[in-house]
Amino acid sequence: MRPSAFYIMRTILEKEFRQIFRNPTILRMIIVMPIFQLILIPLAADYEIKNINITIVDQDHSSYSRQLLHKIDASKYFIVRTLMPDFEHALNNVEQNVSDLILTIPNHFEQQLIRENKATLQVSADGVNGTKAGLGSAYLSMIINDFNREIRESLVQLPRRSDFPQVEIYSSLWYNPFVRYPLFMVPGILALLVTMVGALMCSLNIVHEKEIGTMEQLNVTPMKKYQFILGKLIPFWILGLLTITLGLVAGFLVYHIVSIGSLWTIYLFSAVYLFAALGVGLLLSTLVDNQLQATLFSFFIMMFFVMMGGLYTPLESMPHWAQILADGNPVSYFIRVLRAIIIKGSTLGDLWKDMRAMIIIAIVLNSLAILNYRKRMG
Amino acid sequence: MKFRSKSFVFIFKEFKHVLRDRRSLFFLMAQPVMMMLLFGFALSNEVKESNIAVIDQSNDLETIKLIDRFEQSKYFHVAERLTNTNEIDRLFRQGRIRLAIIIHSNFANNLNHLNQGQIQIIADGSDPNTASIATSYLSAILRDYQNELLGDKKLPYSIAVETRMLYNPQLKSAFNFVPGVMTLILMLLGAMMTSVSIVREKEQGSMELLLASPINPIRVVISKAIPYLLLAFLNVVIILFIAVFVLNVPIQGSVFLLLMSSLLFISTTLSLGLFISSVTEQQQVAMFISLIGLLMPALVFSGFMFPIENMPKIMQIISNIVPTRWYYAIVRAIMIKGLGLSSIWKECLILAGMTFFFMTLAIKKFKPRLQ
Amino acid sequence: MQEKVIEVQHLTKKFGEFTAVDHISFDVFKGEIFGFLGANGAGKTTAMRILCGLLESSSGSAKVAGYDLKYQSELVKQHIGYMSQKFSLYEDLTVQENIMFFGGLYGIPRMELKEKSSYLVAQLGLGNITNELVGSLPLGWKQKLAFSVAIQHQPKIVFLDEPTGGVDPITRRQFWDMIYEASSKGLTVFVTTHYMDEAEYCHRVSIMVDGRIEALDSPRLLKEQFKAATMDEVFHQLARRAKRNAE
Repeated sequence: MRPSAFYIMRTILEKEFRQIFRNPTILRMIIVMPIFQLILIPLAADYEIKNINITIVDQDHSSYSRQLLHKIDASKYFIVRTLMPDFEHALNNVEQNVSDLILTIPNHFEQQLIRENKATLQVSADGVNGTKAGLGSAYLSMIINDFNREIRESLVQLPRRSDFPQVEIYSSLWYNPFVRYPLFMVPGILALLVTMVGALMCSLNIVHEKEIGTMEQLNVTPMKKYQFILGKLIPFWILGLLTITLGLVAGFLVYHIVSIGSLWTIYLFSAVYLFAALGVGLLLSTLVDNQLQATLFSFFIMMFFVMMGGLYTPLESMPHWAQILADGNPVSYFIRVLRAIIIKGSTLGDLWKDMRAMIIIAIVLNSLAILNYRKRMG
Repeated sequence: MKFRSKSFVFIFKEFKHVLRDRRSLFFLMAQPVMMMLLFGFALSNEVKESNIAVIDQSNDLETIKLIDRFEQSKYFHVAERLTNTNEIDRLFRQGRIRLAIIIHSNFANNLNHLNQGQIQIIADGSDPNTASIATSYLSAILRDYQNELLGDKKLPYSIAVETRMLYNPQLKSAFNFVPGVMTLILMLLGAMMTSVSIVREKEQGSMELLLASPINPIRVVISKAIPYLLLAFLNVVIILFIAVFVLNVPIQGSVFLLLMSSLLFISTTLSLGLFISSVTEQQQVAMFISLIGLLMPALVFSGFMFPIENMPKIMQIISNIVPTRWYYAIVRAIMIKGLGLSSIWKECLILAGMTFFFMTLAIKKFKPRLQ
Repeated sequence: MQEKVIEVQHLTKKFGEFTAVDHISFDVFKGEIFGFLGANGAGKTTAMRILCGLLESSSGSAKVAGYDLKYQSELVKQHIGYMSQKFSLYEDLTVQENIMFFGGLYGIPRMELKEKSSYLVAQLGLGNITNELVGSLPLGWKQKLAFSVAIQHQPKIVFLDEPTGGVDPITRRQFWDMIYEASSKGLTVFVTTHYMDEAEYCHRVSIMVDGRIEALDSPRLLKEQFKAATMDEVFHQLARRAKRNAE
């Protein structure tokens, strides 16, 4: 009555799938999570700088200052919140989080510009939000420069061929010309979701088996360790692919995101990545005793890998040591690859280096996990 | 007197429970430390050695000097020098460059004779933020170059703009994420840990026993929360310590006020945890609700990762009922702007109200179990 | 000469400095109900886990179901059954699904399993619970079900680890009826328990103290040997000699 490996695998998989589909929490997670995250986060994640609140302190009250005010008002970037008599009051606005920028037009501004050929304006930005402050003051400078040019042109008849060499810059954005942030966020979130299925959910499942004591029962049977492991990994591998599918559909329905690159490439990379994520989940399950620990541990790992993976900040801005870590981080490859395929239409040929790295990482992780499993859960 | 010591026994027992689970404790304490260190030392929005391609259709002295400038700058690294534009798409797709600069033919000529040279910047739109930052850096380099060309000739009627950054002159991103990490950790600790701890007791069946004991059920439930309150507070101290002494992010306002408002927020999260535990019977569900239902939206709506004012109106409204939004604002106000109670009393009041609300709900749900 | 289903020679297990099982040797014969007793921490659970293949011994040898424990562990697993105190059935699967799953692991073909499961359920006499989730069954039923599942693949010997914990006396009695019936059909039963009255039900009993077997005989003979009226007394006499404290 020597059972065949195939028969045993079938028996195991049947049981695993039954349990998964009977567990409402898992089902909810698989379905609710992608929908929730994909809909919520890109909606919220609009980094475009608009509606910057600016308080203006006009101590000049000249026609120039009024012109400038007008110009700023007309800009789509700024909302001119208030005019304040002095800097103190304007600062109050910033303290109250009502204003992001303060423009101070000093007394005699117009006079100085005309008579002395130059004048100064002061911009104070709320440095708490660095990005907003930086970009806000940059935009304001742009407007002021423009304003400067208008004044200059009105005062001086410049020859058609200017005496001043100027470099004209034309910039354009490829693949995402309308700067749609969902396009940027959705692949990243997809990567996060798949990671959760692999690392968090799979490890929870295995640890649950440990907790209720059935693991021991299974160890006494002729079932081999590799069969047990496969029995745990395969269902979640399939679930992970299902999640990606749901995610892509949600991305399409809600944000009209259509992948430029081939869907097969997406699935291929997802399949390989899932192996890596599941390897992490397996490794994790050998290191914890109960589900709570598994949750905290995987949350910790996920936060680390996702933050270091370029979801939120670009990889190239990281210091050297961090970039080396990122080279071993499967998430960084996956996020990059997903973005490349969906937004730029990259092919497998373009990304073979990333594929190679992901395969290696997946093998290493799973080997570590299996070794540890043998050692600790025999 | 008798009752007091009885609750003490309970609290003590809960403490031992918590301390016994070393691994969970470790990850709870390690999480904020890890995030602080990462945010402080590894993550930024800076552009450094970004790979760019230069398509030089001019190939004269000026352009060579220009390209040299790009290479010299710490922001960029000229990864590819090309002569035509055919390869640009491929390079982007392979992720090898972030920007492509096209210098049109006769650049130097045009510059010298027509006083107009043209440069085209193409950025990889798949990461719009970095693209815009990189583009603006590149434009700055070009402007510098242009100013050098002008040399002594100054444009008449020039307006100079002096820019000053308030509160955070070096634009350190630390000012933003420290409050964010605090918010995240406290939410995790307070809500998830408390609810899981209570629900686990429910699962094992001992909750019924506890509730049936002569002690006021409220005390039973609260004694479960107290160890996590202390743990959370400890975490706050650790985070602030790292912020001030390791990352050089000073606390501008009153430390006492900061700690007090943190305690207030901790109670809010605990009351949330109690509420969650009152509506579910299984650990898995409690964890699921805490993570997906609570932590995620808490992060999204807090204003930490994404600016609230950019969100669609309805999301802005929703963010008002998310406690993290108010705590995040409080911490920023105290830590970074050095403001006092007069500026944050409104937020504190809201948090207090939420605490009261969830506590009441939780207690209501626990009461019938007595009957 | 009766067939030996378990042969243990100088079996030892050390955890670092601590010797949990100290060179024990004994045999168990076919059809016996063999009770394995001892205080908590005496080493009986450890010894049993080694015999089941759940733990590796530090030294010594053992043959279980005729196969060498160390070198033929796969064959051993195919011919033994096991039931733990937790009953180890899946609460979120039905009775039939549990039967089919565990039976499948032993290679019993599906058709046969389906027939067997109806037979098994009928035998249990608990009514038509085939499609009930195990989690919804009362404790006593789970216990009986766990035992039936543990022996459905007709092992030579079944290991029971404190199988009657937390169950009322009547159910315990019924459980032991099941054990007797199985034993009479040739199944060897290796059971650990801390209920001394259950020790009386066994054919032979061994008592471990501090990792060693201090007594091994039928209950009747042990009571004579120690001049005790009950197994409980026998146990207490031995326990008093114990150097190790109970956990």
